[in-house]
This record gives sequence, C-alpha cells and structure tokens, in this order.
Amino acid sequence: MISDGLKEATKGSTAYHIWMATLTLLMLFGTYAYYQQIVHGLSVTGMTDRVSWGLYISNFTFLVGVAAAAVMLVLPTYILKDIDFSQAVLIGEGLAVAALIMCLAFVTVDMGGPARLWHIIPGIGNLNWPASMLAWDVIVLNGYLFINITIPFYILYHHYLGKKPKKSVYLPGVLISVFWAVGIHLVTAFLYAGLPARPFWNNALLGPRFLASAFAAGPALIILVLAIIRKYTDYYIADKTINKIAMVVTVAAQINLIMLGSELFKEFYSVTHHSSSAIYMFFGIDGKNALVPWIWTSIALNLLATLALTYNRFRRNHTVLFISCAVLFLAIWIDKGMGLIIPGFIPGPWGEIVEYFPTWVEIGVTTGIWALGAFVFSLLVKVAVSIELGKMQYRNRQ
Amino acid sequence: MLFNRKNKVKKNQKADLTFSEEQGKMDNRPANEGVEQVINKPQDRRTAMKGLTAMLLSGAGLLNSSCSLTAGEDEQDLAQLKWEEYFKGNYRLMTPEEKKETVRRLERMYELNNGGKINISDKGPLKDVLYGYAFNISKCRGYMDCINACIKENNQDRNSQMQYIRIHEFENGRMDFAMADDNFYHEVPAAGHFYIGTQCFHCDNPPCVDVCPVKATWKEKDGIVVIDYDWCIGCRYCEAACPYDGRRFNWSDPHVPENELNKDQHYLGNRLRKKGVMEKCTFCIQRTRSGANPACVEACPTGARIFGNLLDPKSSIRWVLENKKVFRLKEDLGTEPKFWYFMD
Ligand code: SF4
Ligand code: SF4
Repeated sequence: MISDGLKEATKGSTAYHIWMATLTLLMLFGTYAYYQQIVHGLSVTGMTDRVSWGLYISNFTFLVGVAAAAVMLVLPTYILKDIDFSQAVLIGEGLAVAALIMCLAFVTVDMGGPARLWHIIPGIGNLNWPASMLAWDVIVLNGYLFINITIPFYILYHHYLGKKPKKSVYLPGVLISVFWAVGIHLVTAFLYAGLPARPFWNNALLGPRFLASAFAAGPALIILVLAIIRKYTDYYIADKTINKIAMVVTVAAQINLIMLGSELFKEFYSVTHHSSSAIYMFFGIDGKNALVPWIWTSIALNLLATLALTYNRFRRNHTVLFISCAVLFLAIWIDKGMGLIIPGFIPGPWGEIVEYFPTWVEIGVTTGIWALGAFVFSLLVKVAVSIELGKMQYRNRQ
Repeated sequence: MLFNRKNKVKKNQKADLTFSEEQGKMDNRPANEGVEQVINKPQDRRTAMKGLTAMLLSGAGLLNSSCSLTAGEDEQDLAQLKWEEYFKGNYRLMTPEEKKETVRRLERMYELNNGGKINISDKGPLKDVLYGYAFNISKCRGYMDCINACIKENNQDRNSQMQYIRIHEFENGRMDFAMADDNFYHEVPAAGHFYIGTQCFHCDNPPCVDVCPVKATWKEKDGIVVIDYDWCIGCRYCEAACPYDGRRFNWSDPHVPENELNKDQHYLGNRLRKKGVMEKCTFCIQRTRSGANPACVEACPTGARIFGNLLDPKSSIRWVLENKKVFRLKEDLGTEPKFWYFMD
C-alpha cells in the first residue's frame, strides 16, 4: 500500500505538480529562515522579554482550533449515520492531521532549545504533569494526532483491500476522538486562561469562545477544500453536504459574535486596569497602536461574513458561500493570532507598553510551516480520494 | 549621577556551551583506538558513555582523515564533555556525585574553551534558612548602582544589556506602575519623583514553577526560586506566567568579556548561560549561601535594600517586618512574594 500510495501521491496533473512545487519552495524558504534562527537565536524574531510569544504561538493556537473543529464533522457521520457528511469526514480528519503537524512544528520552532526537547519525554526526561498545562497540551495533541492517523488509515486500508471496515473497531475510536477534540481545545485555552499574571487571558470565556470560533473557522476551511476537490477531481460531493456544513459554520459564527459582544461589554462598560489590553488592541495607547488596524479588519470581516451566512439566500448561493467562508477564516485567524496572544503581553506586568512586530525570519518560518501543512494535506487528500474513487486498489500479485 | 546603559563590548571567543554546534569538528585519531577504549574499559555508566563517544568520534575521524586537520587531545576532550553534558539529567534529581561531576565537567570545558579557571559551586541550601528581602521606598533615589552590580556579579549578557532589576520612576502623588517609567535616561534623582525597584520576588507560591513543562525551575529549601539552565528548553511559559516581570530570556548567545567575568560561580546561579534558556535573579545564590549579602544590597549607596534570614528572629529583615508597615505587590494573586516594601 505504501508504494502504491507514493505512486499515487507523485503522479497528477500539471496543476497539482505546480502546486506542490510552489509549496516545496516555500518550505525551503522557511527552512532557510529557521536556519537563521538556529544560528543567531530567537533574537532574530520580533519577540522580546516584554512580548515573549508572537507569531508562532499565535498560529499554534489558531491551528489547534482548526484541528479540533475538523473532527466536529465526524460525529454525525459515524454515529448519527448521516450519510451526507461521510465524504467530508475523511477530508476533515486529513485536515486535522495536517493542522496538528503544523501545531507541533510551530511549538518546536518557538523553543529556545529544540535540541533539548527530549527533556519532555516521560521516562528519560521529566514531564511536569499534571501541574503544567503545557505538559497536558503535549499529551493531548500527540494523542489526538495518533487517533486521527489511525482511524482514517484503518478505514482507507480496508477500502483499499476492497473490504468493508468493521464498525465495532473504529466506532469507539471515533467517539474518543470527538471528546478528545473538545479536550485539545479546552486544554489549549487553559494554557492561557490559567495565568492570573495576564488578566486579558485570565477569563472563563476564553475556552468556550475558542470552541465557537474554531467551529466556525475549521468547517469553513473544509467547505473551501471540498469545493476545490469537487472541481478538480471526480470525487462526488453532494450540494447537500456543503449546505449542511455551511449551517454549522453559520451557527458557530453567530455564537462567536455573541461571545465577542459579551467580552467587549465587560472590557468597555466598566473600564478597569484589567481592560488595558483591550484598550490597547482596539484604540492604541499613547500613540502605540500596532494592533488597531488588525483587530478592526478582523471584526469587520467577521461581521460581514456572519451576516452573509445568516441570510439563507446568500448562503445557498455557492459563490457567496465560498467567499464568506474565506473571509470568515481570515477574520478568525487574525482574531486568534494578533488579537489573542499578543495583547496578552501588552501592557506588561508593570504596565509598560512595548509593541511587537514580526520580523522576516518569523514570517518566513511561519509561511514555511503553512506550506508544510498544505503539502501534507494535499498528499493525504490525494491518496484518500484515489482510494475512495477505487482508482487505487490492492492488486493481487499472483 | 548619570547611568550609562550603553556599554558596548567587542565580541570575542564565545563561551557558549551548547552541544550541537561542535559535532562537525572532531579529531582524526586512528579508528581502532576508540574501539579499544570500548573493549578495555570496565563498563560503568560513565565509561560506557565515554566509550560511545570515542566510537562516534573515531567514526567522524575516519571521515575527516582525508583532509589533513590535526586536532589535539583537547578537542576530543571537549567533544566528549559536551556529549556527556548533553545527556545529563535534571540537576534537582542528580545524586551528590552527579552534581560534582557536572560541575567538574563545566569547569573543565571552560578551561578548554577559554584557558582560565573558574570555580562552580554546588552548595545546597543552609539549614534553617529562608531568605527574604525588603525594599525601602523612601531611601531609593534611582542611582541604579544595584543594577550595575547585579550585571557584573551575575555575568549577565552585555550585548543585550540584560538586567534582572528594574527601577521604576514615579511622579509624586501617584503610585501607579502603569504611569511609571522603567526605562529612563536622565540624571537622578529627578525632582518630584520617587523610585521603586522590582526583580524576581522569589514567591513562596510561584506560578512560574507550576507551568514549566519539564520541571526546569523550582523553589529550593531556602526559598530561592532557581532554574537549571541546562534542563530548560526555552519555551518561555514561565515568563508569561510571572506577574512581576521577573524572568529574562537569552534571545541570542550571551556574551561576557573575559576580563569582566565573575569566576566565583554557582550551578544554579551566575554560571555562564547559553542562548535559548531562561534566567533571572537568584538572590545571588553564589554569595548568599556562603553567608554574604546579594550584590544589589551591598552596592546600594542609600541602604534601601535589606536582605536576611526570615527564620532568624535577630535578622535585620525580621526587624523591618516587625517594626515597619510593610506591604507586597499584587497580593491579590496569591503568589506570596518574599519581597516586601516599606517607607520610613
Ligand atoms: S517573581 Fe516571577 S519569576 Fe520570581 S518567583 Fe515569583 S513568579 Fe517566579
Ligand atoms: S522557559 Fe525554561 S524554565 Fe521557563 S517554563 Fe520553559 S522550560 Fe521551564
């Protein structure tokens, strides 16, 4: 199967080859940027002792959401026997795997001593579990990756052999994976929410809002991917499937907006010292306003997309739907990236406002990792679609 | 008095002790020497490690022998020490012998790298001692002699001008940290202003310790919160968790000029750090565990800084706590700092 899979992954149309070559180039660029960072240290990034996490951890946070939301689609398919979603599920799990690989890559490039990462392996190192939320995160993310590799593998392998996968084998795994998805989410939110030192993060809504925004962004991305697959392959994806996922996106986006409103109320109705981060983000303080354009763009895009999705007539029109999904995805990426991690550090513990600007190295590494994710995802989907279409099947050698 | 923050230094030999970079340059001794070493030595853990290194080295040696690169014994020694250092465990879990060994390795590595000798202590906490600190707001005039003394004592990176202590300048009439300036460049004391210093408060309930994913930072029996620089993976979670801006990260290779290096060092204190690890104030562990005051206390010309043993009823810190109206910062977070403020 492996050689067949490789064969399948390496052949394809010119467009496919150009796409993969572009991604490879971007990855090479990212590798070069990371090499610079290894040689000179994290000083080549925009991070400082005042803003000690930046683009890497922002993207990590966002992608945890995408990874978790991808599996959101699993539940109806396997358990509620909702046929519509079944084609989407393999894609969703592939997306989860790609997103998780990106998450782990982002955490790794953020480390000051990646060569010493073995210190977290229980047994040879010492993992600070259960005290450290980061230790929890390491465990749940790797566990989730494992689940999301094994289930689709099991199913695809059986399809490849021309057999029917056994429900009793994969169903428990699917159930665990769904709960696990909520778990990786909450644990990642708790990573920040558990720090009283940073009042901007230290609020109970962080976890739930994380879930809502991810359940909008993740499936929005899946819709876009399904649209592309539908266009470029023979894989049949019913309109109904896309419409149902669109419904999920819409509801999640609405809930997300409600929570955003409630957060804004709390920060701005009774302004305290703890509102400084929000004030900085939305309006700037003392002329320092690096985040202001970002956050307003994000809010505008978010509102626009959610409104468009809310009107049935717009949502049913696929052009509008696809554009709205792309816009929503972008809005939430900004919101979770620029709008969540960075303002947590501004103002600092003693109130100083020191801004953060990513450098070309950070942007290069980030682009490289996104390219890596897209690369992995393209491979997975290519092979999975071929198996599902029956193009790639086990041939008896005799 | 003018404080000069821009003390540019020229970059010389780097004292970086990381493992990975050196792998390329190895020696070119005949291959069988390494193998013999493995066969002939009795196999306790340490020699096993040595043997393994020798074997790897001779492998590299074979590759190298084509280009005529003559490297001395020293280089092999160094490579081997680095190798052993890389695979050592967490300092807190080491046996006393293992602690002695790593200290010896580090001293030897410094010697091989830089020629001179340093002295690294592994002295543990003293019995019946719990350190505490008090800061007299009325006395501080913002001279920053403490900062300068701290930098020298603790071998802080000169290139990035790392400072553990921050002196905040407040306008009279309002003790609001958000309005204070901790980055000023003018003559002090400025009229109509007062000053407050902050640093790591060695919290009794330190959030930075809980969050560390690899237990690279912990609270010692004498209350000092320390970091094992060789165990830290540089995730900076502790820096995000500290409510007092107490931690500093080595964003690049730290550099201390050879002639300014403080050679009296402690494993958990002022020994040389490397890029990508966390560090912070250790109450000058290398001094205080031998009964001296921290460098900042000694350097302060106004006597604003008071340090001592909280368990000793006759210590000056106890006198301050009992006779002054003291307070601590951000008490609401429950971190229980062992750092108090008071006014005359
Ligand atoms: S002041 Fe910060 S670094 Fe120091 S012990 Fe407290 S939380 Fe940790
Ligand atoms: S930076 Fe080092 S000491 Fe701090 S939490 Fe990470 S591993 Fe622990």
